[in-house]
Amino acid sequence: MSAYLLIPFLPLFAFFVNILFGRNFIKGQAHWIAVPAVTVSCLVSWVIALKMFMSHDPQIINEDLYTWISSGGFRASVGFLIDQLTAVMLIVVTTVSMLVHIYSIGYMHGEKGYYRFFSFLSLFTFSMLMLVMANNILQLYFGWEAVGLCSYFLIGYYYEKKSASDAGKKAFIVNRFGDFGFGLGIIMIFLTLGTVHYAEVFGSIGTLTGQGIVVLGFQMDVITLIALLLFCGAVGKSAQLPLHVWLPDAMEGPTPVSALIHAATMVTAGVFMVARFSPIFNLSPVAMAVVAVTGAFTAIFAGSIALVQRDIKRIIAYSTCSQLGYMFLACGVGAYGAGIFHLYTHAFFKALLFLGAGSVMHAMGGELDIFKMGGLKKKLPYTYWTFLIATLSISGFPLLAGFISKDEILFLAFASGTTVGKFVWVVGVITAVLTAFYSFRVFYLTFHGEFRSDIEEMKKHAVEHGHDPHHLLHEAPWTMRIPLLLLAFGAVTAGWIGIPAALGGHNKFAHFMEPVVGHPEVHAGHATEYILMALAIAIFIGGLLFARHMYITNRDLADKMAKKFSFAHYLLWNKYFIDELYHFTIIRPTMWVSKSFIVGFSDGKIIEGIVNGVPRAIGQISGFIRHVQNGLVHRYATVMGFAFLAIVAIAFIWR
Amino acid sequence: MVPLYWYMLLSAAVFCIGVYGFLARRNVILMFISIELMLNAVNINLVAISHYMEDLAGQILSFFVITVAAAEAAIGLAIIIALFRNKETVHVDEMKEMQG
Repeated sequence: MSAYLLIPFLPLFAFFVNILFGRNFIKGQAHWIAVPAVTVSCLVSWVIALKMFMSHDPQIINEDLYTWISSGGFRASVGFLIDQLTAVMLIVVTTVSMLVHIYSIGYMHGEKGYYRFFSFLSLFTFSMLMLVMANNILQLYFGWEAVGLCSYFLIGYYYEKKSASDAGKKAFIVNRFGDFGFGLGIIMIFLTLGTVHYAEVFGSIGTLTGQGIVVLGFQMDVITLIALLLFCGAVGKSAQLPLHVWLPDAMEGPTPVSALIHAATMVTAGVFMVARFSPIFNLSPVAMAVVAVTGAFTAIFAGSIALVQRDIKRIIAYSTCSQLGYMFLACGVGAYGAGIFHLYTHAFFKALLFLGAGSVMHAMGGELDIFKMGGLKKKLPYTYWTFLIATLSISGFPLLAGFISKDEILFLAFASGTTVGKFVWVVGVITAVLTAFYSFRVFYLTFHGEFRSDIEEMKKHAVEHGHDPHHLLHEAPWTMRIPLLLLAFGAVTAGWIGIPAALGGHNKFAHFMEPVVGHPEVHAGHATEYILMALAIAIFIGGLLFARHMYITNRDLADKMAKKFSFAHYLLWNKYFIDELYHFTIIRPTMWVSKSFIVGFSDGKIIEGIVNGVPRAIGQISGFIRHVQNGLVHRYATVMGFAFLAIVAIAFIWR
Repeated sequence: MVPLYWYMLLSAAVFCIGVYGFLARRNVILMFISIELMLNAVNINLVAISHYMEDLAGQILSFFVITVAAAEAAIGLAIIIALFRNKETVHVDEMKEMQG
């Protein structure tokens, strides 16, 4: 037994204890089991990751625990691989998970399903760790589906609420579309290479170069097909276009869930997967271009929607979509290291934004509309300062985590020397403007200006819903403040490990990741990098000042702009009508087919016909035969006698 | 020396009386006696042929038949008594609860 096994299995243990004994015995003390378990697993992760980071020749763990499935030529095991990529993911997952666990003690205090919440949070942590620590694709797929399931449970945590249970179902079903492709990709890998273990797959994938396959009448490159199918899974899980619709709705779940699952960890699984399969993607320029362009489009698309929304959590959710787009953009130009770097910094500042939003909601009695907030700076000092740090980090304040990683992505995209690289760079820069603007829009509307709600009414409302009105407009308890402070620390410092050479750093992160994901070609010098950096800083300042001008100094401007560009505003407010589009092209036809054809014909006539017809026929036949048995003994005897004679007669004749 | 076919004729006659009694009577006891007649007709046949063939196996088999018949009679009479206690009758047409 090795210590690393503690990392996934302690949260699993916490899950079993809480789910089995939570309802009747542990109840409100569930955190005493979940938090220590996740904390220990977090400490072990840090020890392993730091050991790898410090050593010049890092020890890579790759062990099979036991054979999971062995059937004919197919063999899959439960095994763990801890290399540089996994080490980074371990730190992200366990650290954010631990902080969210602690935060939830305060945030979920007194909830009815307290133990249920903590058990699913632990189960999620376990699944996510299985996903990142897998050494074969099937185990990755297990983790992939298990995190989806936990996400479903936790989005629908308030299952009495129709919108919450619907959002859970939506997340699950939309993910099915992506996972279908992912599953096919895994099957394709097994069919062509005969194995699902990473080492063997990556070792032999090169032999497929140039091989073609006919799919639906189209001649396709096998590797491109595999890469695109795998990317389907990433599109669903990481909420990229066109399967992004579930993520904003997923905000129906409790805020810690949004922070952990829908910002820091699960949604980044797609990026992790693409980076993990970089040996496959690298062999297919087509797939790489698809990844880069999908990422770029999602970044600008989600960023533009975030400009006009009013719901604080939804804005941050669209921001997550947009940042995930950046990560895919990076992977698509070959800069997997930069993509993972952004994943790692994003986990800190985005989790911080969500937890800060949770703290605001806590103080506002569940209110989500930023136009009903304002002036919370004085009331919530801790939340204010930590939220400010997160906002600065995401919008690119120099030397904060978000600045360094985003800058590296944009630089590597620009320097990749390809047309796709240049194109996504332009999109990325425009998105950076949007990011700075909408981040400060949320910040100013929430914390500055004057309070735009009626406090008396809020108190009345809180009492009606059985909440304690004393929580209103007060800072959250310590259990919620400490994670905010720690994450703020991360949002500032997380990027320092990857300071680029142009700024006098060594970009240790990229060198650390290089053995796993390689390093992209760079066709630009330091001078270009300085120019791009200056541009990024200009964008940050521009976005900040514009948001300030629009929402603080000149309050009417926002409305005027909305009127002037009424069509654009209408389009953005309704999220480009993607939900409506799916409603009319997929949901309506599906419902129509189910109602008219499946319920009316195939279910009603064929299935029920068979199910009811067979017993009815048997009943009729037996109703006829039963008359033979009339209960008269001598009738039986007569039949028996004549039958005997008949048999004897036949025996004679036959001879 | 009585020839074999006389015994066989006797046996056939007794058997036919048994079959007739079983089919014609409605009294359970009499039907039961008819069954015994049939069994004994078989026994006569067995013993006669055994003697004729000079093989003792037939006579031994007839002992088995007698034993089994005795056991069967004991059980059959017990069932008839139980039925009589319940239904106050030994008429078979009254006993047709098992009809379909």
